[in-house]
Amino acid sequence: MNETKNQKNLEINQVLNQPYKYGFETKIEKEFFPKGINEDIVKLISEKKNEPNFLRNFRLRSYRKWLKMKLPEWANLNIKNINFDEIVCYSAPKQKNKLQSLDEVDPEILKTFEKLGISLEEQKKLSNVAIDAVFDSFSIGTTYKEKLAKFGVIFCSISEAIEFYPNLVEKFLGTVVPYGDNFFAGLNSAVFSDGSFCYIPKNISCPLELSTYFRINDKESGQFERTLIIAEKNSKVNYLEGCTAPKFSENQLHAAIVELIAFENAIINYSTVQNWYSGDNKGIGGIYNFVTKRGLCVGINSSISWTQVETGSAITWKYPSCNLIGKGSTGDFYSIALTNNYQQADTGTKMIHIGEKTKSKIISKGISCGFSKNSYRGLVKIAANSKYSRNFSQCDSFLIGSSSSACTYPYIDIWNSTAIIEHEAKISKISEEQLFYLIQRGISAEQAVGLLVSGFCKDVVMMLPMEFAMEADKLLSLKLEGTVG
Amino acid sequence: MILKLQNLSASVNNISILKGLNLDIKENEVHVIMGPNGSGKSTLSKILAGHPNYSVDGGVVFFNNKNLLEMPPETRSHEGLFLAFQYPIEIAGVSNYDFLRIAYNEQRKHKKESELDPVEFMKYIQNYLKKLKIKNEFLNRDLNEGFSGGEKKKNEILQMLILSPKLTILDEIDSGLDIDALKLICQTIIEDRSPKSSFLIITHYPRVLTYLKPDFIHIMREGKIVKSGNMELIDRLEEFGYESFSNEI
Repeated sequence: MNETKNQKNLEINQVLNQPYKYGFETKIEKEFFPKGINEDIVKLISEKKNEPNFLRNFRLRSYRKWLKMKLPEWANLNIKNINFDEIVCYSAPKQKNKLQSLDEVDPEILKTFEKLGISLEEQKKLSNVAIDAVFDSFSIGTTYKEKLAKFGVIFCSISEAIEFYPNLVEKFLGTVVPYGDNFFAGLNSAVFSDGSFCYIPKNISCPLELSTYFRINDKESGQFERTLIIAEKNSKVNYLEGCTAPKFSENQLHAAIVELIAFENAIINYSTVQNWYSGDNKGIGGIYNFVTKRGLCVGINSSISWTQVETGSAITWKYPSCNLIGKGSTGDFYSIALTNNYQQADTGTKMIHIGEKTKSKIISKGISCGFSKNSYRGLVKIAANSKYSRNFSQCDSFLIGSSSSACTYPYIDIWNSTAIIEHEAKISKISEEQLFYLIQRGISAEQAVGLLVSGFCKDVVMMLPMEFAMEADKLLSLKLEGTVG
Repeated sequence: MILKLQNLSASVNNISILKGLNLDIKENEVHVIMGPNGSGKSTLSKILAGHPNYSVDGGVVFFNNKNLLEMPPETRSHEGLFLAFQYPIEIAGVSNYDFLRIAYNEQRKHKKESELDPVEFMKYIQNYLKKLKIKNEFLNRDLNEGFSGGEKKKNEILQMLILSPKLTILDEIDSGLDIDALKLICQTIIEDRSPKSSFLIITHYPRVLTYLKPDFIHIMREGKIVKSGNMELIDRLEEFGYESFSNEI
């Protein structure tokens, strides 16, 4: 009998330790900068990209501010010293001229995206999703641009936006996440290389889902991407973001900023499936993922919703937040964070209620396996003038095995007595009796664990757009098991 | 022979519970094990199904002439052993329908048959739903979550019908059931059991036996079968209680 038990534990371990599928490296000719971060590098990036003066100055101001800032230490994370002198800020596929169309992209890169299940070629494109593909520091191409242009929707790389729509970029860049916001925001603002830009004009519901796929390929390059989404009055957009990286034994740095702005009645739904390389089963290698994501609900009745499925990265430090300024505006945060082996995640949200009658909802599901650390950290703040605002928070943790940990750090800061705040938190271990029940019905241990986990995450997966929900479910089961029916 | 126990001993948390159990169940037979609380009835069901917390200390068990104790629990299920739980487990977020279909398809995979898609599976189970008076909406609920006692037991029997096992162990099937539900469940078991299938019924109370008509009754005390016989044993039990079997250990 004990043998059976050991066998079961063994099976669960095998399931949990499925190898990383996206760990291959693409060999291409690259162009990159010398190692390290200094004022010359910052200038060089700006020059390389032919940037207007305002941006060059923005970068330099950010760099100088960053020098005075310190790496945040309050998170429940053990971060090895990051040597910023060893980081390459800019790496992009080498090319002679500007790309006119996707036909001119290195076929190796197209193959890479193909392998990742992202097709940029005309005939194989997804019919209802426009994709911007970012490879290291460079946007490879954006699909469906013309179709979107008919509606006045701008969807392109941030570099192109800087070139063609400098006024929009100047007006909004850094207004949601100022460069002095935090250490990583300062770093990103100084050296960001590429990312996506979306602009949805007044009264337009974006006819396609917009999606960016980020791929870190280079061994030593950090990826510092920057995304800016602006939704004008009465507009609506669904935005999806996916990420992978090859397997390297060194840690790679990823420090991104995402800024969202929603005007009156505008709706932005932002979904992420993050599957950066998480390191091996001994905790060697993997991406350090430090991300600042924030949305401003500026307009009356505007709405921003963050949905995230975080399964990758050695370290995740990420708090997609909403500043609810417009009267009656809404912020939502739905999160699944799955950590395994020696992964560490400290993730959550900030809901800052400033306007009257603002509403927010937080649903967070953390799953910890192996020796991992998984923390939820969230702030709900109701400002003095924010009358009749509401928040509902639910933070559930699920432990698999006996060596992982889960923590919840809710901060509640209320300055107005008309606020209604609800907070629920639950922590549970995978139940032996539940497993046994499923296994007695002929379901293998691995599939049983997968079922229990997907049941646990159901509320959040349901919030994802259809295509992504399926991908997320696949990803969770890949992390946990062979096949889920 | 479906099931053969030879001198089976087992323990849980290092406490010895089964102490040399012998039992033979042939095709198409209905056996009943009765005994007072703590006699080891439920332990026997857990041991046969392969619960990881229970350990076998000695003896052998053959299931269809194969060594049962060497099989992992899911294989025991694929080979046709079904345990209807006394307290079916609730699982949030997993729909009853998905669970039933996955379980059924796992068995089909084991038999090297093609899996049924959701539409085909719906057709396959319609008849059983009718028999058990289960509404379709019952399938969309989370597995056993918030089910009444009767619904949980009906769901166990639905699973049994879907998986058509060779041996079904019914652990206290009558607990939590009213008379009408018990009648319906027992009737369905009798009418729809797969041909040649056998039953091992574990119970405290003789009431369920008037519906299930067992071939053999075994009285269990302190981890052993102390007396085997037919329905006549019930009369003695009703009159004199389990105490009357104590001197036969």
